[in-house]
Amino acid sequence: MEAKLNGEYKILVCQGTGCVSSKSDRITQALENQIKQLGLSKNVHVKLTGCHGFCQQGPIVIVEPEGVFYTQVKEEDVPEIIKSHVVDGKHVERLFYHNPVTGEAIPLYRDVPFYSRQHRLILRNCGHINPEQIDDCLATGGYTALKKAIFEMEPTQIIGEISRSGLRGRGGAGFPTGKKWEEAHKAKEQPKYVVCNADEGDPGAFMDRSVLEADPHSVLEGMAIAGYAIGTSEGYIYVRAEYPLAVKRLRIAIEQAKKLGLLGDNILGTEFNFDIEIMQGAGAFVCGEGSALMYSLEGKRGMPRVRPPRSVASGLWGKPTSLNNVKTFASVPLIINRGADWYRSIGTEGSKGTAVFALTGKIANSGLIEVPMGATLGEVVFDIGGGVQEGKKFKAVQTGGPSGGCLPESALDLPIDFESLTEAGSMMGSGGMVVMDTDTCMVDLAHFFLKFCCNESCGKCVPCREGLPLMIDIMHKITKGEGDLHDIDHLIDLGETVKNGSLCGLGTTAPNPVLSSIRYFRDEWEAHVVDKKCPALVCKSLISFYILPDKCAGCGICLRACPVEAISGGKRLIHIIDQDKCIRCATCLEKCPERFSAVVKVTGEQIAVPKEPVPVGAQ
Amino acid sequence: MAIDLREQTHEIVAPFEGHKVVLIPALQAVQEKFGYLPEVAMEEIGRVASVSPNVVYGVASFYAQFRPTPVGKKHVTVCQGTACHVRGAARILEAIERALDLKAGETTPDLEYSLETVACIGACALAPTLRINDDTHGKLTTTEIEKLFPKTAKKEETSDS
Repeated sequence: MEAKLNGEYKILVCQGTGCVSSKSDRITQALENQIKQLGLSKNVHVKLTGCHGFCQQGPIVIVEPEGVFYTQVKEEDVPEIIKSHVVDGKHVERLFYHNPVTGEAIPLYRDVPFYSRQHRLILRNCGHINPEQIDDCLATGGYTALKKAIFEMEPTQIIGEISRSGLRGRGGAGFPTGKKWEEAHKAKEQPKYVVCNADEGDPGAFMDRSVLEADPHSVLEGMAIAGYAIGTSEGYIYVRAEYPLAVKRLRIAIEQAKKLGLLGDNILGTEFNFDIEIMQGAGAFVCGEGSALMYSLEGKRGMPRVRPPRSVASGLWGKPTSLNNVKTFASVPLIINRGADWYRSIGTEGSKGTAVFALTGKIANSGLIEVPMGATLGEVVFDIGGGVQEGKKFKAVQTGGPSGGCLPESALDLPIDFESLTEAGSMMGSGGMVVMDTDTCMVDLAHFFLKFCCNESCGKCVPCREGLPLMIDIMHKITKGEGDLHDIDHLIDLGETVKNGSLCGLGTTAPNPVLSSIRYFRDEWEAHVVDKKCPALVCKSLISFYILPDKCAGCGICLRACPVEAISGGKRLIHIIDQDKCIRCATCLEKCPERFSAVVKVTGEQIAVPKEPVPVGAQ
Repeated sequence: MAIDLREQTHEIVAPFEGHKVVLIPALQAVQEKFGYLPEVAMEEIGRVASVSPNVVYGVASFYAQFRPTPVGKKHVTVCQGTACHVRGAARILEAIERALDLKAGETTPDLEYSLETVACIGACALAPTLRINDDTHGKLTTTEIEKLFPKTAKKEETSDS
């Protein structure tokens, strides 16, 4: 039996890493089965897309042509979507996105504030095209910029246009892309190389991955334009091995582009050849640094070297190399097609274009977002991000990954651009943005970042190799409540030394989280060393758990759940935590039924409890 | 056994011979096959890449991806990225360590479980997360951990009885 439909439907299912983790692949399968069963295959098409960006609400399904936006879709919801929406023309309201503040249902994709306040250039195709079908990409204008570059422009013209656009490296350092290309173009030595840095190592950052997964052709096109402008036929993409989906889609994209003569030999029938090879990183954060990345490509240990010479003079295998970030390449086709003047009109005086951020942490709307340079941190966190999760209070926002800085509430008016963030003690970085609420301890967080950088230090230069462990020792002391005020000064001293004395980007920025945290949250540091308190109730040595005698019902749930048998008590007896045995895992706090809420977490105080378990009500 | 490993390694890495980029992709291919990097395999890779086994070991030990020992059947990687950290990843890791009686970086003697931490899985919206082989589990709580690693349940049963 075939149902009669009014027109055609396209059902877009997000297959980014976030949504796949929530089993969106099963949704695609279920949709296809259902469509087949009902004989709708002619008019209803399921299309897989890359990341939509609104990962918090995943898995995401969009039904076109209307653009109805369904959130947190489960396999079980599929029959209803097909029967109600597609066949009967009635939207499935319970799957709509609901404004968390007003509770209002928002049916259409374009009306969701998370999207309507963004300016998506680099992410232009993400979530709209099937990254595994080059036809889809061509239909949105893919490779037209390459065509224009090859047939209508000279290499110097292309470089001039990129320079004039003001495009700066999206990997975080913000080096002018045009200048880099110009130097690589002028270099006499051959062969030269174009390398795409997709070694996105910052924890909490997934911008590059999403672009590669959702719109790989935009990056390949940008690389080919760079190859043509610089005068080389060899390109490499250095991508994290932890991104298997991105690698898979890149491979498919390269193969499809080659088949159509858009990559490989004699591109578009001309004499220009450009081939791209993928190399997978092997899990070393420091390889995001240019010279380390190139050593890694050469099959060596990824240890940065002294510069100069810069890689445009002596890069991969000692040859002139232009190394650019994924998002930089993805911006190039837009600039070639729409012109430098158009691009210059977006952003601020010193930072043109847009910035992509992976918004994570204690934020209501986790996801991938893009805003014009100059938007404020507050706009991103509150207008797009929807503010702090569960209505808690905002405390800090961290940009620039593990070597960026933590900025307080007072910085929310700060415009997002390369200079402003650096001045404030953080940095642009490649685009991680982690939001913290009052339950986050700034000392613990700085400790966390420092441990990360220390683990990833390659060990080549002394300040980073020796300085970071020394800083960690001091911080360890502070989180244990054994620090004093001198330790804070000592940390600042050491931090400055590591910053000034280290060779590469890792060492020169690793102390940032500590230094910015002390700069903006000194009172919290002092609470740890002076009062021996952790105000956010995080640092284990400074907190204790108590069972309130007047609330405990003697139910035994926490007693059985305690992994170290630190709780004594019995049926209808008030339970007591043995503070010496307690490992502060918070299991009791989690397990105590809400109607009793008898377990509390405190810092710097003792709560009076009976010495032995006594009958409930005896207190 | 050793000869067999060497032959198998040779088969895997032979196609890389003569390429510009050899060593790391060869190590990755071999580890993909065996689950770790046996010593003889590293020697063989060195031969193909025309470098000494020393250099191969130097490179392999530099990168976090490479393992000199076999990994368990269930390879548990617990995300310790920033987003997971602020949403309580440290407690999740501790709960798993207790449940499996294993420290991060260790493998059970019966090769059933390996426990590792990872800097970021990239599924930050689902924080805190972990991966068991290729399966990602998100929005974890300690209760969820008990379900995923039923050894905890066993422990409880014995302490109850």
